[in-house]
Amino acid sequence: MAERSFAKEVRSLRLGEGEVFRGEGILAVTKALLQSGVAYIGGYQGAPISHLMDVFADAGEILDELGVRFQASSSEATAAAMLAASINYPLRGAVTWKSTVGTNVASDALANLASAGVQGGALIILGEDYGEGASIMQERTHAFAMKSQIWLLDPRPDLSVITRMVEHGFGLSEHSNTPVMLELRIRACHVHGRFVAKDNVPPPLAAKAALAQPSRSEDKIVLPPHTYRQEQDKVERRWPAAVSYVEQHGLNEIFDGEEGDLGIIMQGGMYNFVVRALELLGLSDSFGTSRVPLYVLNVTYPLVDAEIERFCTDKRAVLMVEEGQPDHIEQALNQILKRAGSRTEIEGKGFLPKAGEYTGAVILEGVRAFLARHGEGLLEASPGQSVTSDAPTGEAARLESIVPPRPPGLCTGCPERPFFTAVKLLEKEVGPIHISSDIGCHTFATLPPFNMGSSVLGYGLGAAAASAFGASEGRPPLTIMGDGGFWHNGLTSGITNAVFNDDDSVVVVIDNNYSAATGGQYIPSSKPGMAEQAKRYSIQDAVHGVGVEWVRTVSTYDIEASLGTLREAMNTRLKGPRVIVAEGECQLNRQRRVQPLIAAMVSDGRRAVKERFGVDSDTCTGDHACVRLSGCPSLTIKPNPDPLREHPVAFVDNTCVGCGVCGSVAHAAALCPSFYRAEVIFNPNLLDRLLGSVRRALIGSMQRRADRKRLARAV
Amino acid sequence: MAEQTPAALSIVISAMGGQGGGVLSRWIVDIAEQGGYLAQATSVPGVAQRTGATIYYIELFPRAAAEAIGRDPVLALMPIPGHVDLLIAAELVEAGRAVLRGLVSADRTTVIASSHREYAVVEKAALGDGMADSGAILEALQSAARQCLTFDMASRAASTGSVISSVLLGALASSGRLPFERAEFEAAIERSGLATERSLAGFAAGFAGAVDESEEVAASLRSSSVSPSPLSEPAKALHERVQETFPQVVRPLVIEGARRAADYQDLRYAGAYLDRLGKLHKLDGGGADGSYRLTSETARHLALWMSYEDAARVADLKTRSERFERMRQEVAAEPGQLVYAVEFMHPSVQEFTDALPAPIGRFIMTREYLRAGIDKLINHGRRVPTGKLRGFVLLRCIASLRRVRRSSYRYAREMRLIDRWLANIADVAVSDYELAVEIARCQRLIKGYGETHARGMRNFNTIMEARTELQTRDDAAGAVRRLGEAALVDESGDALRAALAALAL
Repeated sequence: MAERSFAKEVRSLRLGEGEVFRGEGILAVTKALLQSGVAYIGGYQGAPISHLMDVFADAGEILDELGVRFQASSSEATAAAMLAASINYPLRGAVTWKSTVGTNVASDALANLASAGVQGGALIILGEDYGEGASIMQERTHAFAMKSQIWLLDPRPDLSVITRMVEHGFGLSEHSNTPVMLELRIRACHVHGRFVAKDNVPPPLAAKAALAQPSRSEDKIVLPPHTYRQEQDKVERRWPAAVSYVEQHGLNEIFDGEEGDLGIIMQGGMYNFVVRALELLGLSDSFGTSRVPLYVLNVTYPLVDAEIERFCTDKRAVLMVEEGQPDHIEQALNQILKRAGSRTEIEGKGFLPKAGEYTGAVILEGVRAFLARHGEGLLEASPGQSVTSDAPTGEAARLESIVPPRPPGLCTGCPERPFFTAVKLLEKEVGPIHISSDIGCHTFATLPPFNMGSSVLGYGLGAAAASAFGASEGRPPLTIMGDGGFWHNGLTSGITNAVFNDDDSVVVVIDNNYSAATGGQYIPSSKPGMAEQAKRYSIQDAVHGVGVEWVRTVSTYDIEASLGTLREAMNTRLKGPRVIVAEGECQLNRQRRVQPLIAAMVSDGRRAVKERFGVDSDTCTGDHACVRLSGCPSLTIKPNPDPLREHPVAFVDNTCVGCGVCGSVAHAAALCPSFYRAEVIFNPNLLDRLLGSVRRALIGSMQRRADRKRLARAV
Repeated sequence: MAEQTPAALSIVISAMGGQGGGVLSRWIVDIAEQGGYLAQATSVPGVAQRTGATIYYIELFPRAAAEAIGRDPVLALMPIPGHVDLLIAAELVEAGRAVLRGLVSADRTTVIASSHREYAVVEKAALGDGMADSGAILEALQSAARQCLTFDMASRAASTGSVISSVLLGALASSGRLPFERAEFEAAIERSGLATERSLAGFAAGFAGAVDESEEVAASLRSSSVSPSPLSEPAKALHERVQETFPQVVRPLVIEGARRAADYQDLRYAGAYLDRLGKLHKLDGGGADGSYRLTSETARHLALWMSYEDAARVADLKTRSERFERMRQEVAAEPGQLVYAVEFMHPSVQEFTDALPAPIGRFIMTREYLRAGIDKLINHGRRVPTGKLRGFVLLRCIASLRRVRRSSYRYAREMRLIDRWLANIADVAVSDYELAVEIARCQRLIKGYGETHARGMRNFNTIMEARTELQTRDDAAGAVRRLGEAALVDESGDALRAALAALAL
């Protein structure tokens, strides 16, 4: 079970013909895959499509019944390569990942797949991590589609359209022998909506059956001379086939409007905002009945020249709403219309920002500017609502300097925090170190209060990204990778590489037992007992296996041990990398596992001890060094209860899980004596009770004596 | 076409990862769908899920209007500034952030926000007071919104054993901004089956809290401690002395300072406190506004300095009966439940010699082999079980060093430093009143233990040196104030160095 369980929601995957599905976009996509007779599914987790993987993992029973093979792939490259099953067999397959990062990883397999071409429909569901909430560099998938000639669907965010496009994606793929990508933006992935379901369809041919009848065809091999023929086939046959499929099935949508000399063309994903902008300008109703004609590209690649020419006929000007850069579609439009001899003026990135997310406000401004320029009084004539989207003024503007930023950070009790505390203490001892960071929860160590790490080069690439420094004299670089990144590629790209090249470096593998940042999915080193799938392949064994001699394991919660090991690793001189496996179970998952057990113990009347930490407000002087070395969300501040002191005191709130880092930090950094650990005993046994009363009696009497003495000198 | 069809109702939920914004969003969707509305909800969880700021967005549309036309409305996936009907914020700064993003407008937006604070890392990590100004945010909310409902929902959640999302839902129901009855809200909680009883209790608290307009939202005010009754004769004499020596406006603070000194050492020590303060007060003409700021600032900081945190003080505070009681409250222990505290202490040779008689302490600390040797013996993290006899007795023994404190190595040092600082204040009290006040306030830099204390002392000394250079310049007080602020910017001292450089020092 991952961070979020879909056990309840997957029941809606059983809905039949005519029933109404209500739920999240991701779940709707899963349902559409099952309605399309998909034979195999794979993928790699990552926001915003992590839930898609979680849904598949929780839908095991249904997949088994239908005979669908599901695999949690070990990387996006693995998932993409899985689609090779559709090259030689009429098997429908679907894979998913976060784009563009996952597409980068997958692109070798994707390019070969696209060259060979497919027989069975091959669909790639992409979570486009662009705009607000994105955790990756901002690029678009469109360029991948163009370079490999993979078709790109960008459905408007309406569950019935999304599911229809999933189904047509397979049809398009088979009709044109080309893999198809379907991109969903973050909000579309998480949108709650509804659509009318159909029956699930078991795959006409199961993967198992295909394997029983092996088949090959020489022209599917990506080697000369076939490669040349494959390239020709792409442009001569597959492309036109795709265009005709898109046109015939009306995958793109045209909504006519009375202002026939204007038009707006948009990526499907932009549709809802364009309509909302027109509604606010008084040019559409709530149902998308717009006075300005709209052309919605649910397929953004390839474009259908004939459709574009038809749409633009008799139009003075057309606005292209295309999110992301470069403006591939706008450029193509200009070329298509020029070739057709059209005089329609194409507007786009002139009225809309060149880069960045197209939010509702951005599109509203862009559409308004376009209509102001080309609308010939349209704006003034329409009874639009007052449209204000200006920057805040007056009172609100003053907040600019008051409202603090709130970046994400490590969770309460996170096992990674104490390790970074140790690194911070190490830097206090030896001076600044070059730290090469990686992707994962540990990336948050680049943010306050840790502020460490010089570069983040990609998933699992923390060690590789320091390889230029591997032969330097002096203090070696410190590189970080997570267990997720380790199994994804870090073992080979980072550690094997460092061994092979005798890199003088320290490689830390943070082992929290899960792919934690993406939602706590299992990985090869997850411990058995946590899950059926968990195998516990040891990271240490793997590292030994590729030839690392110096390997140490530390518990992250033991800061002094981590610090000692780090010191030793930095000072040891030997050929090749020193690897530290820093172990500590992801606290989110641990709490989910352990809390019910403790609650059961308490309610069953069994003895249980709950630990949590606290700060004595009368010895805390309000320097907050503890916060700067930890940053635990449950370690916070409150106004100083002391009438003389002015600075806020540290305070541990009730979300504390008792991980012990506060105390460990106080010890390792020789901070202050204010931290205490409280042991709260539930269902005490006889001995507990006996000792309890003795202690209470003796300590109580000593306290009363001290109280009396204090009272005597009270002012 | 483009006639007046109903527009969608736009709802923004602004929260932090882990606050249950998703649960709240699902409840609202369910209530709406059951209550004759079409609902679309979405969110941007991603990495923000890990404690960062995040937004959920919901649009509702009357189903009957859609059915009449036979089409589904086109609903947006994110709010457009100026077009939000309802902002629900699970925390005050997040509500403020929504105002900044333009999601609150006076003609349209109803704000339902919890006034409690969850401090951001930058606020928590400050070396001094980094808290954002809650009052300013509340004011801005009130002036930016059409209607504003704020109260401390976190405390309601805690008192009902529930979570803030259920209290927010209760407040939302009571606002009447959504066209649903209370029972419809409660039915959704029941259908979701999430800790139903406690969620309903939280809901009820939210519903009730919202109608109580006299709700106090200000941060909890500091109360000064109270005098014992009846006062002992010597304590009474001290009170009378304060009455006679100090003006009305500073008396409560002076009493508080004397109380601290007596609590720290004894009544004679409180007398010494008043001696020192009284001497300085004679130089205080009251200041421009007659508020005697020099006396009050010195009263505060002198008391804090004179009650410097040594081992005896810490051990005493750790073993007090009220500390035991406070800990039980903080960990929410049941009456009679066994709770044991374990302290995390890290003594060093410094703390050890500090407690020794001054000549011996000095003897050790001036001989490197002794200092290092003893440090090696002592300097380890120790866990002291205060709730058990062994730990308690150990700490009481250390606390009893109070009686010999006056002859200790540290006492001698601190008194010398205090008197030098007071002389510095007195030095300029008449010629530059504001500078004297700023020098008095510089004591705030000296706090904490070990390295923290040493850093504070270094910064304090640096500024004291600088002020001798500065006192002939215009606005020396302002310069000292800025230096003090800079010293509280970072641990490395970079900001202080930059501030000194800016003053050409």
